[in-house]
Amino acid sequence: MNNKPDQNRTAQSYWRTNLRLVAICLVIWFVVSYGFGILLVDPLNRIQFFGFKLGFWFAQQGSIYVFLILIFWYAWRMNRLDREYGAVDRDFAVADAEKVLAEEDAEGPE
Amino acid sequence: MDLRTLTYLVVGLSFVLYIGIALLSRARSTGDFYVAGKHVHPLANGMATAADWMSAASFISMAGLIAFLGYGGSVYLMGWTGGYVLLALLLAPYLRKYGKFTVPEFIGDRYYSNAARTVAVICLIFISFTYVAGQMRGVGIVFSRFLEVPVGAGLMIGMGVVFVYAVLGGMKGITYTQVAQYCVLIFAYTVPAVFIAIQITGNPVPQLGLGSQLATEPTYLLDKLDDIVTDLGFRAFTEGDKSTIDMFAITLALMVGTAGLPHVIVRFFTVPRVSDARKSAGYALLFIAILYTTAPAVGAMARYNLINTLQPGPVGSETGNLVYEERPHWFRTWEETGLLQFEDRNDDGRIQYYNDDNLAFAPMAAAYGWKGNELQVDNDIMVLANPEIARLPNWVIALVAAGGIAAALSTAAGLLLVISSSISHDLLKGIIMPGITEKQELAAGRIAAAVAIVIAGYLGFDPPGFVAQVVAFAFGLAAASLFPAILMGIFSKRINKQGAIAGMLAGLLFTFAYIIVFKGVFFEPLRENLPANWLLGISPEGIGVVGMALNFFVATVVSRLSSEPPEEVQELVESIRFPGERLA
Repeated sequence: MNNKPDQNRTAQSYWRTNLRLVAICLVIWFVVSYGFGILLVDPLNRIQFFGFKLGFWFAQQGSIYVFLILIFWYAWRMNRLDREYGAVDRDFAVADAEKVLAEEDAEGPE
Repeated sequence: MDLRTLTYLVVGLSFVLYIGIALLSRARSTGDFYVAGKHVHPLANGMATAADWMSAASFISMAGLIAFLGYGGSVYLMGWTGGYVLLALLLAPYLRKYGKFTVPEFIGDRYYSNAARTVAVICLIFISFTYVAGQMRGVGIVFSRFLEVPVGAGLMIGMGVVFVYAVLGGMKGITYTQVAQYCVLIFAYTVPAVFIAIQITGNPVPQLGLGSQLATEPTYLLDKLDDIVTDLGFRAFTEGDKSTIDMFAITLALMVGTAGLPHVIVRFFTVPRVSDARKSAGYALLFIAILYTTAPAVGAMARYNLINTLQPGPVGSETGNLVYEERPHWFRTWEETGLLQFEDRNDDGRIQYYNDDNLAFAPMAAAYGWKGNELQVDNDIMVLANPEIARLPNWVIALVAAGGIAAALSTAAGLLLVISSSISHDLLKGIIMPGITEKQELAAGRIAAAVAIVIAGYLGFDPPGFVAQVVAFAFGLAAASLFPAILMGIFSKRINKQGAIAGMLAGLLFTFAYIIVFKGVFFEPLRENLPANWLLGISPEGIGVVGMALNFFVATVVSRLSSEPPEEVQELVESIRFPGERLA
């Protein structure tokens, strides 16, 4: 890449930020399914949520909705992070074709 | 038009559509054949992944399981959706950045070892064949019930269709037929669900109908359902029968197993960019969630409908039960298949359907003059019979048949493709004959796909006794072998060849042995499959979690005791962690 990477913007810090986002998502993932849907299902079932017992709702509906939100939120945050770090997220079909051409060029003169 | 002609027409049209798409998207290179040339739009890939993932089990069996298990069925709902969070966060983007063709190829490169690659191929083939046999069976059942052809003939037709588009089109053909199959199956699943939700609750959205009051009285559906099932000695619908630790273990094994299934992972190799892989996992879950959040509503409403049909009057009154001679038409058609069986134990000409395993309920049943449960209902008929139970028009029933076939065929095709690519690309090109040309490799891939279809058809037509018992294998083995190896390959630079191979083998063998001991595969189970005998109270369905933990542990310890992976492998790990070119 041509633009010089900022001192703080290293592969390591990109990875650390990513790991933090992953950790946040996985905590929520765990809490809504294993927490609300399984471990805490009995106390939550004492709470009525429309026509559902709340624990039952998390186990059969709520956790799935939260999973969906998590993935799209993570994808959105990672796209922002990629831009901050100038990650040129290239179309790999194009990149592969270029690689093949480059290899052919390299082999050519020999 | 009568039902049979209509069903032939709808199913026939859907086949014409699939084959037409396949002819338009023929594979011309190995890149097309293995990963659809890596330029599938993330939305299309999400749909294809959803069809790939949702099998005959999701379409036909899941709502039926929930109808009878109630809250206990939640393990499937959470387990088979939560895995996509793991895929999107932990695997898909990095494997996309790695950017080659197969899962064993990644394991072979990351662990710089053909031995590791071979172990991965073995895991993959075992997982995929177990799974595909079930799909072919599903095709056979739908054909025999709705088209009234013998199971064998149904299978041959199904195999023929898959053959055309998997062998000709490879991944490219499969992808676009799966998009069409998703549309067919989701339409077929939701239309009857909407009609039934309106009939029972007046709310057209099944997900909301599940939490609504009944159309006939101001009581919530779930509360009413709890009442009517407990009146018959069954467990309340909203309560489970599994221990907390077993619920936990099964859910986790299914989630991790989902994320480790090769035919699902490989779908994320087909999108153009890393960001597309993340987004595509979201779309996949969105399309899956439409079915998975509808299924509990279908399950609950089917149970409600079933019990209301069988027990129209008060429990215990002489005239409370349905007279057998007055049974509805759908009851008769399903009796013919043997999936619904009635035996008049107390000779009163009426159907008593209740839980005769419940000892606390036995005195009441005796007082009513009941001499045991008289009706055996197979879980699998609930979705297929639902439109008939709800008296929906014939075109809806024909649509459900086409949907069931679409679900089974789309998954079978995805599985057959990963089997064939692991043979032609990993074993043949990668290890045995590296010198073959791309053209020869493509031909080998097509031959491998054709052979795999024939074996799958055989397994579906004449399942060896063990096929039905080894479904737990597919998820357990994926959770215990492939998932940890891929995960550690991305998130640790320290895990080396020795660690990964030892870990995979430990996880694989442990899980394999545990399931065999309790399920018995080629012989009688060595120990009875009862909670008291289980390790830590975990059933064979959930044991993949322990296998996974063992894999992580063994891999870490062995790696610590041996040398670090070579420099270029550590660089590979660095490069797959960052979507663009290398940063400093």
